[in-house]
Amino acid sequence: MDMNEIKEIFFQECEEQLAELESGLLKLNDGDRDPETVNAVFRAVHSIKGGAGAFGLDDLVSFAHVFETTLDCVRSNKLEPTQDVLKVMLKSADVLADLTNAARDGGSVDEARSRTLIRELEALANGETPAATEAPAPKPAAAAPKAAAPAPVVEKPAVNDEGFQPIPFSFGDFDEEPAAHYVPTCQILFKPKKDLYAKGNEAVLLLRDLSRLGEMSVYCDMDALPTLDKMNPEEAYFSWKISVTTDKGEDGVRSVFEFAEWDCDLDIHTIEEDVVSEATDDEELPMQPVPFDLSILDDGGSVAAEDEPAVIESDAAAAVAAAETASKVAQVASRAADNAKAAAAASAASAAQANQAAAAGQTIRVDLDRVDRLINLVGELVINQAMLSQSVVENDSNGTSSINMGLEELQQLTREIQDSVMAIRAQPVKPVFQRMARTVREIADITGKSVRLITEGENTEVDKTVIDKLAEPLTHMIRNAVDHGLEMPEKREALGKNPEGTVRLTAKHRSGRIVIELADDGAGINREKVRQKAIDNDLIAADANLSDEEIDNLIFHAGFSTADKVSDLSGRGVGMDVVKRSIQALGGRISISSKPGQGSVFTMSLPLTLAVLDGMVVTVAGQTLVVPLTAIVETLQPEASAIHSFGASQRLISIRNSFCPLVDVGRILNFRNIQANPMDGVALLVESEGGGQRALMVDAIQGQRQVVIKSLEANYTHVPGIAAATILGDGRVALILDVDAVVAASRGHSLRQDISLAATG
Amino acid sequence: MHGRELIAFRIADQEFCVNVMSVREIRGWTPATAMPHAPSYVLGMINLRGAVLPIVDLSQRLGMKAAEPTDRHVIIVAQVGLKVVGLLVDAVSDILTVTDENIQPTPDIANEAEKGYARGILAMEGRMICLIELDSLFPHTESEAA
Repeated sequence: MDMNEIKEIFFQECEEQLAELESGLLKLNDGDRDPETVNAVFRAVHSIKGGAGAFGLDDLVSFAHVFETTLDCVRSNKLEPTQDVLKVMLKSADVLADLTNAARDGGSVDEARSRTLIRELEALANGETPAATEAPAPKPAAAAPKAAAPAPVVEKPAVNDEGFQPIPFSFGDFDEEPAAHYVPTCQILFKPKKDLYAKGNEAVLLLRDLSRLGEMSVYCDMDALPTLDKMNPEEAYFSWKISVTTDKGEDGVRSVFEFAEWDCDLDIHTIEEDVVSEATDDEELPMQPVPFDLSILDDGGSVAAEDEPAVIESDAAAAVAAAETASKVAQVASRAADNAKAAAAASAASAAQANQAAAAGQTIRVDLDRVDRLINLVGELVINQAMLSQSVVENDSNGTSSINMGLEELQQLTREIQDSVMAIRAQPVKPVFQRMARTVREIADITGKSVRLITEGENTEVDKTVIDKLAEPLTHMIRNAVDHGLEMPEKREALGKNPEGTVRLTAKHRSGRIVIELADDGAGINREKVRQKAIDNDLIAADANLSDEEIDNLIFHAGFSTADKVSDLSGRGVGMDVVKRSIQALGGRISISSKPGQGSVFTMSLPLTLAVLDGMVVTVAGQTLVVPLTAIVETLQPEASAIHSFGASQRLISIRNSFCPLVDVGRILNFRNIQANPMDGVALLVESEGGGQRALMVDAIQGQRQVVIKSLEANYTHVPGIAAATILGDGRVALILDVDAVVAASRGHSLRQDISLAATG
Repeated sequence: MHGRELIAFRIADQEFCVNVMSVREIRGWTPATAMPHAPSYVLGMINLRGAVLPIVDLSQRLGMKAAEPTDRHVIIVAQVGLKVVGLLVDAVSDILTVTDENIQPTPDIANEAEKGYARGILAMEGRMICLIELDSLFPHTESEAA
């Protein structure tokens, strides 16, 4: 595995973390106050930061650091996650995603935006956390010079190439006399196991929480730490002996370890105050504890986090990096020790995030190619099984033989296998929906509207390729819904509506397809204006009699939307034809229903996978072709009276008093040289890109079936008029018609001219 | 000087051979689905275990008479560049192991068409076998769309 692969994995994990982050923040936004949610959000940012540090992605690290700091304030209840706070955080999550993308693809980010957010985050962390100053370190200012003093002593061992030298340090001022009044002291033996780090806990944070309970001294036992070459960065080697003088008692101490209890050896017992000093004396600490500047640990503290965040917190930069850091920062040797520890912890944590996910849902990451190969093979299996059945039926007239029964069973099994394999590619639409949340935020910001996005059915699963191609049209539609659909808050209020507009995005399965609905509670379509616009653009006659539905559907018309002209329209219409086209390219359909004053609902119906297609199997000039069902509006048997010649070779068919050009598919595809007699065949009324209708003439319809799409380009070349190939039940190859290309060809563009044809060479 | 293996096959009364390394498998003829707008030597597509495979009438492609495929014809499935193509031939006759020295240059009486695909000729027990360069038979078009 080279560095790039590891990096790729990191970015994949980042995507997961970012999704986790966003959904966590949204949950908080909805009033969820579960500490686990906050922890999950914190962990996500922390893991990204850790990984980014390892790859030297400084921009990402520094932003994540500030973000993490603020999140930590929320986690430690220093900062109330109000709507305002969360707004900043959601924006920060967006920027974090941008930074991640920029780091991956080398793009740039809006630096001004990220700097503004860094300031806002810092303001949140500092401004609203008075606790931070009175927090753990008793004398943060004084600690710094003290830390410098013992440093020379420690410097030598720290650069020792054998490994790390243990550096004990004390929290709080160790020399200080204990308070005179009676406060019980807890002795804690804390020995984390590997799992503790794997679950995203961190000893440093636990220790810091402990230090908040009262006076504390810590001895870190590093005896178990092996030399660098033998060290496993995911293993836990350190243990701590801690004594805390606290009035919270043993229970208070135990609560600190609440989430870590199962993953560490923990021994807590309370001793009397005056015994403490003895106890610590008895320990005969091998080295004098180094006074430790706690504010280093305290991310929210005022220490120069700006200057050295990468050094202090570049945790995941494996142990080697930590060793280098150790020599560099030997001035504050204790930092180095902390670093090493953090390095081990965080690298384990980031690597083990996957483990954690595994615990939750047991997932593996598989190369898509492998899945596709499996799907191909199963497709073959299905075809083979069909062929086998067919030949058995042909050779065996009595249908009760054991062969037949076995075949039936085989058929069921293959079908089940096919379904399960298809399910592997299926993914929940959640990631796309989450991206839409961001789009809504941005558009709401730009337009000054207040919008609430409600998503439902995020776990509805659909093929990955469909998901990938869904984002674009959906973004477009959401923009339209917010920009054109919803009214300004003042206007909404005047209308007696909630000033905050609602956009509802729903996904559900319905009869073998996925149905996605986008509903807003805005003004609905202004039919008068749409109608006028259509008349102005010569799309309809001035006196055309159109139903409301027909008017609504005009917005999908290609000629309707020329963005610059339509932008002042209060209805919709910006690029809806583009949306419709991309939905159709996915084999889907889109429709709209709108109620004036109450809003509009767009309904998209999409196939669950792009690997198969519902098609009508037809015969043309002795060849079997498949016409995608989504393109077909209706089929009809032409009557002689309905066919009208037009010019030299054109013929039109009249359908309910409108004339539609007849297109002989066999002719267009060069399967025959003379026009077939329309009366001998069947006409398929199709709608193509651009909305034009054509009647495609085929010789006969064989039936409807679902076919597996096979690429022609893989071994051959693109063929004009043909979208792809498929394999029918008899094992023969059938071609899938590219309806748009055929219709375009009938408009006079020759198919042959479109491309430099196949193998002429 | 090392030997290489060639697969020899027959089209009408002539023998040809291709490098064995480019041959994936040899199978019987099955009817192909005709392609619109295809050159006449492209007979159509067949299903090769789930992959859609173009079948080329090698006889026509080499400028000879069009084949009339029967059950006794053979399809040589060959890798050409990134693509896999089925070559329709009359029969596979032999596997030869030859060294470069056995391969004689194409005689200069050959016209441009033959020079284009013939890499050389082999003399084998009184037979003459023409070594074909598949990449030059299906040049850019096959790799362009890849």
